[in-house]
Amino acid sequence: MVTLRNFVGSYFDSNRLTTNDYSWKPKDQLPQSAGEYPKEEGEQLSDTTTVTNYSRNFPMLLHDGGDDPMDTIRCVACQICERECPPQCIYIEKAYDENGKYIKSPAKFDIDVSVCMSCQICVEVCPFDAIVMNSQFELSTPDRFGGLLLRRDDLLKSNDYYHQIHPEEAAARDQKMADEKAAKEAKKKAAAEAAKKKAEEKAKAEAEAKALEEAGEKGKEEDSGKEEAS
Amino acid sequence: MGPHHPSTHGVFRMDVKLDGETVVDLKPVFGYLHRNHEKLAEDMSYLASMPFTDRLDYFNSMTNNWAYALAAEQLVEIEVPERAEYLRVIMAELTRLVNHVSLVGFFVNDLGALGTPLLYAFREREKILDLFEQASGARMMCNYFRFGGLRCDVPEGWLDRAREVTDRFPKFLDEYEQLLCENEIILSRTQGIGKLSRELAISAGITGPMLRASGVAYDLRKVDKYGIYDRFKFRVPYGEEGDCYDRFMVRMLEMRESIQILKQALADIPEGDIMGKAPRVFKPKPAEVYGRIEGPKGELGFYLIADGTPKPYRYRVRPPSLINLTVLRDMCLGQKIADAVVILGSIDIVLGEVDR
Repeated sequence: MVTLRNFVGSYFDSNRLTTNDYSWKPKDQLPQSAGEYPKEEGEQLSDTTTVTNYSRNFPMLLHDGGDDPMDTIRCVACQICERECPPQCIYIEKAYDENGKYIKSPAKFDIDVSVCMSCQICVEVCPFDAIVMNSQFELSTPDRFGGLLLRRDDLLKSNDYYHQIHPEEAAARDQKMADEKAAKEAKKKAAAEAAKKKAEEKAKAEAEAKALEEAGEKGKEEDSGKEEAS
Repeated sequence: MGPHHPSTHGVFRMDVKLDGETVVDLKPVFGYLHRNHEKLAEDMSYLASMPFTDRLDYFNSMTNNWAYALAAEQLVEIEVPERAEYLRVIMAELTRLVNHVSLVGFFVNDLGALGTPLLYAFREREKILDLFEQASGARMMCNYFRFGGLRCDVPEGWLDRAREVTDRFPKFLDEYEQLLCENEIILSRTQGIGKLSRELAISAGITGPMLRASGVAYDLRKVDKYGIYDRFKFRVPYGEEGDCYDRFMVRMLEMRESIQILKQALADIPEGDIMGKAPRVFKPKPAEVYGRIEGPKGELGFYLIADGTPKPYRYRVRPPSLINLTVLRDMCLGQKIADAVVILGSIDIVLGEVDR
């Protein structure tokens, strides 16, 4: 009886279906049905669709746009994520210019996605908002070692792409970064003002000290004059 | 029997000695899924172990997270904000629904009802997993709890969807009970099978629905009142006989109580922060703590020894699955070999937690 009800009901009531309930989603975000995919060769479902706004698969590195993504890459190769990564799947090498000076960007940034467990700890510990979760899931490859080791250039994605896949999260992150920047600038300004004030005070103090010294010297001269007189 | 999936619970082997079809001796053999969880945790920071706790009992990542967070919060004494406490209760009770509903599905699968009841159960489970995915980004490996709160707030409209799922769930339960609870085959296959006496259950340290099915009304949500469980009104169902049918029914009834808790929590949840004042670097003073919760399978505890470094000196899990499994032999002796599978199914083990 129950089975019959479920069978008949499955034609009318989406709640009786085993598939996901997407009724709460906007129409344009609905995943395409398997029969229509891929429409063209090389089309990636995950480029345009996210399963949910918070879905996460593997990390990616953010840059702020521009012709050469390395110019605006946010990562400074501080290696905090490498240390904190629970399955130890991140490998970073710092970049140096020809003089051997550390230029605050990664020369190598590899993530072994066959080891990565999508836990998002790297995103949380990153102080520069440089690493976030991608939702691309079509990464299957016939090469199980090289193909699953994502290099720096594979991981680099623009902030616009991030806005496309996780709009709310990206907006919140941008807001946070802007706030932090503003706070930093305010702090800098405050620090500069404080320094200026300090400098003024110092100058004032010096002037006073000088005046005092001069007065003292004068007094001394007078004293010596008195001595001479006596 | 084994080592394969004898009953959809993981890779597990039973050394069974038979006299005809009757079980004379039984030795559970496990360890095929050992991942060195405890030792690994001693070599990484406290936070980095959190995603690994998801993988203990992979049905209930939320409650695993909670038990670990509860233990670690004792180390540094973080105040958890009100909204986070409510969300924790909501997540834990949803997890209990997920666990029990899939357990019942697997259990009747072990009885030979292949497919249909399990798929109905999984259909409802999927709706709750959708909720988890919207909140945490992952269906099963949620990694959602943090020391002092939760990783992020739930998205807009999530609470309404949770209410919808909660309201719809009793209807499914009615139907499911109609399908299963008075089914003649289930009654004859489970009643009087695999009895666990009250005394043995207590002395073997059995916890959770298995203990309650043996007639001991012991629930950590009532005993410890961790989190904010003292604010909710709910009953603790318990059985009399301690046979497979009681264990099955206790779980069915517990789902009803979980829905009661969910309704109260979803009605009262306040606005506010979701993260308490956690220290930037988690470096507790030397101490020993034990945090435990009533997981869907029983008492899940984490025992931590801190030695003043950012890594735990000792990290120990008290897995309910493993300890509940220890009485398997006592329950199976004298039963038929086909019943041994049913008894194993009624214990509700997940080998990820047994082997760690």
